[in-house]
Amino acid sequence: MASTTTGLPPVPSPPPQASRTQRRSRKGTPYPGWFYVPAAVVYLSIFIVPTVVSFYFSLTRWNFSSSEFIGLENFFQFFREPALVKGFTNTIVYAVVTSGLKVVLGMGLGVLLASQITGRAYLRSVVFFPVLVSTVGVGITFTALMNPSRGLINQVLELVGVAGPGWLTDPQLALLSVALVDVWKGVGLATVIYIAGIVSIPPEYTEAAAVDGASPWQQFRSITLPLSWPATSTVVTLSLIGGLRSFDLIWAMTRGGPGFTSDVVASVIYKQYQAGFYGLSTAGNVILFVVVTAIVIPLTRWLAKKEVAM
Amino acid sequence: MHSSRTRKTTTAVAALAALPLALSACSAGSLGSSDGDGSGTTITFLVDTADASVKPAQALADAFNAANPDITVEVETRPAGTEGDNLVKTRLSTGSMSDVFSYNSGSLFQQIDPARNLVPLTGEDFAADVSDAFKPNASVGSELYGVPIGTAFGGGVVYNKDVYAQLGLSVPTTWADFIANSQRIKDAGGGVAPVVQTYGETWTSQLLVLGDFHNVAAAEPDFAERYTANQAEYATDPAAIKGFEHLQQVRDLGLVNEDFASATLADGLRMVAEGTGAQYPMLSSVAAGGLETAAGGETADVGFFALPGDDAATNGLTAWYPNGAYIPTSTTGEELEAAKAFAAFIASPEGCEAQTSASPPTGPYLVAGCDLPTDVPALTQDVNAYFESDAQSPALEFLSAVKGPSLEQITVQVGSGISTAAEGAALYDQDVEKQAQQLGLEGW
Repeated sequence: MASTTTGLPPVPSPPPQASRTQRRSRKGTPYPGWFYVPAAVVYLSIFIVPTVVSFYFSLTRWNFSSSEFIGLENFFQFFREPALVKGFTNTIVYAVVTSGLKVVLGMGLGVLLASQITGRAYLRSVVFFPVLVSTVGVGITFTALMNPSRGLINQVLELVGVAGPGWLTDPQLALLSVALVDVWKGVGLATVIYIAGIVSIPPEYTEAAAVDGASPWQQFRSITLPLSWPATSTVVTLSLIGGLRSFDLIWAMTRGGPGFTSDVVASVIYKQYQAGFYGLSTAGNVILFVVVTAIVIPLTRWLAKKEVAM
Repeated sequence: MHSSRTRKTTTAVAALAALPLALSACSAGSLGSSDGDGSGTTITFLVDTADASVKPAQALADAFNAANPDITVEVETRPAGTEGDNLVKTRLSTGSMSDVFSYNSGSLFQQIDPARNLVPLTGEDFAADVSDAFKPNASVGSELYGVPIGTAFGGGVVYNKDVYAQLGLSVPTTWADFIANSQRIKDAGGGVAPVVQTYGETWTSQLLVLGDFHNVAAAEPDFAERYTANQAEYATDPAAIKGFEHLQQVRDLGLVNEDFASATLADGLRMVAEGTGAQYPMLSSVAAGGLETAAGGETADVGFFALPGDDAATNGLTAWYPNGAYIPTSTTGEELEAAKAFAAFIASPEGCEAQTSASPPTGPYLVAGCDLPTDVPALTQDVNAYFESDAQSPALEFLSAVKGPSLEQITVQVGSGISTAAEGAALYDQDVEKQAQQLGLEGW
């Protein structure tokens, strides 16, 4: 470094140069630390500060203008919430169903759309299109399609002689119907991730396997499936987090109904907010934060470990 | 390959470029305060989206604009039910409320922190014209914060008079009669649903419980007092639980319409107007306003009776007071003066006339000098009869600040057979307890 600088015409005086070199080597970067400041200010003011403040407000009875400290009362109250147990079960069911289906369907579509088929580019955009549409818009559209008597889905079923169920009004079905719509909307993203993962597998493996006489199924089973693991772990993580904190689609389609049968944790929290129980709903958010963290951090660790092991 | 990638990039860029448009479309207008356009003052007036609210509000604004050329009132809408409660509370808390807004009187009014959020109207001239019956429902302490908008109304049963006449039925004065009538309608066949329920709009499921309060109060005159003081609850009180039991009973007997789970308010009103549904528990104000649209004005066959209880002698109507029109403290200066002028107009005989011209009244206006026209629809005549013979008493929400936020989900559960009446009532008691604690009421 020092030898190259001596060759340059406008040489700065040695002492500052020496100190700069020293600083560079110490920090390992040519940029000064205060370049972090803009990002830090934004991150602090719109993420860290509200998060910390919310921990305080979760301990209060709060109406935006005044707050009364009541200790852990909100947390006790939130755990007594009758819809909460149902909400937690539903949240887990919803997260597992949606991420499971997104992995299976996403991988299937990914394999299909990474291969040489006619109209591949067109099909790829068709699969990805629902991702671009507003969730609430999708929710309202499917609510109309799934109407038990006037909806298109049941009218079509009727044509073939099947009496369609009340997709969103049957307490047993409502949550699953919403989960299916979530999969329809989200599978495009999973597919894109899988296509990227599958395309990046070096073709030599498949070629070598083909020469050795491996069947397409064996090639998929022993090459594509294990080598697209990074894609799988990304899809699982993203869709599980998405499923655990899912709210918009459920709210647009059922509002947690009929009754409380499709309530998830996020919709239970929102209803507290709606009723004006701001402290209570903040306590619910703190709980959701802890639960999502407790599930996702070990999961990503495990997935990453598995990835390294491959 | 190359060309397809370019195309995709273009699509992505186009999608990104369109994003701000979509985002800005969400917020534009709804939160902005009034912008004067050079010709006088413009104020905004927020009402809920029901026809029965929007039409009279628009008529009020039009009549007021005609009489006051230097002020323009613009009507804005918000959702009804808990979603609307949330919006009103949030906009008040953030100082972004419209210049004048219509909202419930009674217990919901008490929950929007009037002393902090609203401009007191006690000293204004028009306050004297507001009926004394209304004043306590829009006051905190000695300060009045709102003027009545719309008429008083009842919660009861909207029914098809044709269906009743064909089967020779008479208006029931006891619940047993009501069930007997419903059974007759069911047995007569013809696909007429005896009792219409519309859980596609969840708030409509509460009527059998809330509209039964006249009967609760008749059986136990001190219920509201004990209930507020945490000494009575729905699950254990023999009179109060009846509403939940009725809800379960109509379902268990198979008296409700087939599409009850997804039908909407408009569907329900249309069914009653067409005669495919016989009886629909509903608020008379909502029914009167919505029938015009839902049934295209064919409302002569639609009548109204109070929800009957056990005792025919105390048969009467559960009455609701009209919404109030309030001015938030965020309205100041010229807008405040204009808003007060508009409030004065609402609480005047001209204001009542404007409202009557847009939507049939469903009970008395609670403003001095406002009389009902003689040619009101059949439904309104039926409702008025209860007010004139004084066979009515206020709904629980005007006697107690205690009302759980989840009642509509709970009544949907009971009405859909997901839980029993007893479970529903117990669940509601928990909901009520939570609300009372959050409000910091005494004795909870």
